[in-house]
Amino acid sequence: MGRMSFVFRRLALLVPTAVGVTIITFFMVHLIPGNPAVTILGEHATPATVAALDRQWGLSQPLAEQYWRFIDRLVHGNLGQSLYYGVAVSGLITSRLPTTLWLLCYSAVIAVLISVPVATLAASRKDAVRDHVARVVPMLGLGMPAFWFGLLLQTWLGTKLRLFPVTGYGLGFTGHLQSMFLPSLTVAVALCPVLIRSLRASMLGVLGAEFVTTAQAKGVPAPRLLVRHVLRNAVIPAVTVLGINVGYLIGGTLIVEQVFSLPGIGSLMIGAIFERDFPVIQSVALVYGVLVVLVNLLTDVAYVALDPRVRFDA
Amino acid sequence: MSTLSVAPAATPVRSRRGRWYRQPTLMAGLALLAVIAGMCFAAPLLTSFNPDTQNLQEPLASIGQYGHLLGTDQEGRDTWARLLFGGQVDLRVALLAVIFPFIIGTILGSLAGYFGSWVDAVIMRVIDIVVAFPFFVLVIALVFVLGSGEKSIYIAITAVGWVSYARITRGEITVAKRQEYVLAAQSGGLSSPRIIGRHLLPNVITQSIVYAMSDIVQNIVAIVTLSYLGLGIQPPTPDWGTMIANGQNFLTTQWQLTTIPGLAVVITGLALSLTGDGLADLLRPGSS
Amino acid sequence: MSGPASGRAQLEVSDLRVQIAGRHGVVHPVDGVSLEIAPGEATGLVGESGSGKSMTLRSILGLLPPEATVTSGKVVFDDTDLTRLPRSRLNKVRGAKIAMIFQEPMSALNPVMRVGNQIAEGPLIHLGMSRAQAARRAIELMQRVGIPDPERRFRAFPHEFSGGMRQRVMIAMALSCDPELILCDEPTTALDVTIQDQILRLLARLCRESGTSLMFVTHDLPVVAQVCHQVAVMYAGRIVERGTVSQVFSRPLHPYTLGLLRSAPDVDRPGQSLVPIGGSPPSLASPPAGCRFHPRCKFAEEDCKVSDPPLRLLDASRATACLHYERCLDEIGADT
Repeated sequence: MGRMSFVFRRLALLVPTAVGVTIITFFMVHLIPGNPAVTILGEHATPATVAALDRQWGLSQPLAEQYWRFIDRLVHGNLGQSLYYGVAVSGLITSRLPTTLWLLCYSAVIAVLISVPVATLAASRKDAVRDHVARVVPMLGLGMPAFWFGLLLQTWLGTKLRLFPVTGYGLGFTGHLQSMFLPSLTVAVALCPVLIRSLRASMLGVLGAEFVTTAQAKGVPAPRLLVRHVLRNAVIPAVTVLGINVGYLIGGTLIVEQVFSLPGIGSLMIGAIFERDFPVIQSVALVYGVLVVLVNLLTDVAYVALDPRVRFDA
Repeated sequence: MSTLSVAPAATPVRSRRGRWYRQPTLMAGLALLAVIAGMCFAAPLLTSFNPDTQNLQEPLASIGQYGHLLGTDQEGRDTWARLLFGGQVDLRVALLAVIFPFIIGTILGSLAGYFGSWVDAVIMRVIDIVVAFPFFVLVIALVFVLGSGEKSIYIAITAVGWVSYARITRGEITVAKRQEYVLAAQSGGLSSPRIIGRHLLPNVITQSIVYAMSDIVQNIVAIVTLSYLGLGIQPPTPDWGTMIANGQNFLTTQWQLTTIPGLAVVITGLALSLTGDGLADLLRPGSS
Repeated sequence: MSGPASGRAQLEVSDLRVQIAGRHGVVHPVDGVSLEIAPGEATGLVGESGSGKSMTLRSILGLLPPEATVTSGKVVFDDTDLTRLPRSRLNKVRGAKIAMIFQEPMSALNPVMRVGNQIAEGPLIHLGMSRAQAARRAIELMQRVGIPDPERRFRAFPHEFSGGMRQRVMIAMALSCDPELILCDEPTTALDVTIQDQILRLLARLCRESGTSLMFVTHDLPVVAQVCHQVAVMYAGRIVERGTVSQVFSRPLHPYTLGLLRSAPDVDRPGQSLVPIGGSPPSLASPPAGCRFHPRCKFAEEDCKVSDPPLRLLDASRATACLHYERCLDEIGADT
């Protein structure tokens, strides 16, 4: 029961954060001194268009009232209307969100599939050659722009070798698996360096622990030792690290969607930036914020589920 | 009672374990960094071409053709020159873009850690909210609002990046302020800013410095990405991101246009990571 | 029932040497140790910290830290030299024939694995039991070691137990496959004194009942007196005295043992002032010439500084490494 209340407590703490997320997305446009309509319209700002937008959005009303209207519409699922497409933003987002979620999950899976064995290999023979390799290679990954790697993958594995489709979402489940492989690999590779480093560190910590010696003294064979004793403990801090870096993961999808022309909310946002379609930008940013908050909650829950020592919030 | 006017300015927390020049990681990183920075900032010595000069007689030259070491782009601009001068720009901007978040984050983090209570609560709330957004999402949204260009990059990165430094500093100070030398300074009647500035910060700043190394890498990637999208460094200023964008349609023919600038980013990132890692090893107390 | 059945030793350590290659050169924390454990007996190995007793114990099952290696000597159990066994065969001995109990049960138990499963793991692996059978056995064992409400506690995690209870769990784990020998590395040092007593009695009783031998490493003399029949005293990587507990504790034949006895409080002689042994243990990287104890020994003579005396058998069970052991007897005579 203590664990459930921990989860609810976490959930409650998220509410102020979620509110803050709405505040920031709302106020983004008001950061610049001057008329926000001018900021939004950019080059298209003429006295006429500015006045029109002003009226349409009630931009001259007091801030608090604007915010209240914003929240009110939000709660009713109204995210405004796209200046470029002319349709409801919420519709645009709901139609494109599945693609982004697909990309996220696929990337996370690939990242874990790569990181766990590499980190295990590195930790099991500390300071050997393969450990050093496993430390240096992630450093290459840290400095690698995801979009650049995506471009290369697209060209070499897609266009030249014709192994995978180069753009698009694909049809059906297997179609998705195929079409999304290259973009997911790109995002995963961006995430792996961080995962490998922390997983290796936590595994080293666990490997040196007394209970591992106890298990060895019991004659537990190596595979079982690794999985049931070492990994099972090392995964706990790793989940935390994954949670911390979820922002990084999600941010990676933004640019990768653009490179691979995937119909997700990331490419939607980038298109909106070029078209100066502010309602879309604001809404997508909001959705991203909410996503991060939700995934953090998930990792917290996973952490509680995995670690029996976690009691009432310390 | 003897006065505490000569309290030591900083009690060294880090161990003097090993001379810094004996750390292989650190030396490798610094050496590589020196080579890269050296080459970029010695650009006029290494190439006779101007990175902005278009030469429509020699578009998309191959490697070594017409005396162009790495060929030219579709407007005939020399790739090698653009690489070097672009490196100047990217390195400079990334470095500067780390300083403001560092300063602001450290100050806010110190205040939060030292004073606790409502100051801490407020700052932590703000941090939680900023952190709820993916770094790049906020940056790109801010760049939209502020307009494209170098100045916006600084503002956007500062607005988002201060958070990490604040968290690190807050964490360190929360622990460090319980140390005896702080109690001694407080009982000696030193003012809070003085205690924070002269006594606490010198001890806790090492973590932030190590983090700054990886932050510079993150900045370079962010700057290059923004430029690739056309939202960052504006043409005609050369920059690695713009180079990658320009060359992306020619990957099958003049692959070096896109590949080389990307490699430059990767290698620079490697150099900075090695340096950061080496620093971390050096400054970590008690590891042999 | 137990008792020294055959004259053959169950475990024989012969001239064991362990080396650690460190920054400051090569060190031998275990420098020529020879021991025998007879079936059904409890043998204590005592010494200060750094004397090499834990290392000796760990090298029996090959649990040395990575920087330490066995350079020479043998550990013979069941006609096999354990130091030469490949890992796969050694794993069949560990837990099944020879089990080990550690000092700090909080860190020695897997924090995310249920206690019952940890106890059942041995039978599952070594005795080929099914999960249900192994679980039943674990519950039986928990009852034997005195853990109340074992069916419910089976599903508990280590952090939910007190220190004494956790040590009982360790004991249950050790007994799970009916080993012939249990190695104990300071099992009661981390416990409260009252709990210590309970655990020691438990261990002694269980071993008596099942005829299991014990090898008990500790720095705490009264503990040895309570549990063991035989005792060996270690100093600077070597055994300096050996004998039965009653012999060694009432008539020690080595100045170090004498010093240890005098520095430990004796409940039978309250008010006796404690006399610590002066000086500190030698650096293993550069041990003193001659007898290793001579710098701290009040009986040291010229020949002690020159020759390095080996452990000499005085009769069937008694051995000492002191050239002038009679001086100890004189001291004891003066006491009483």
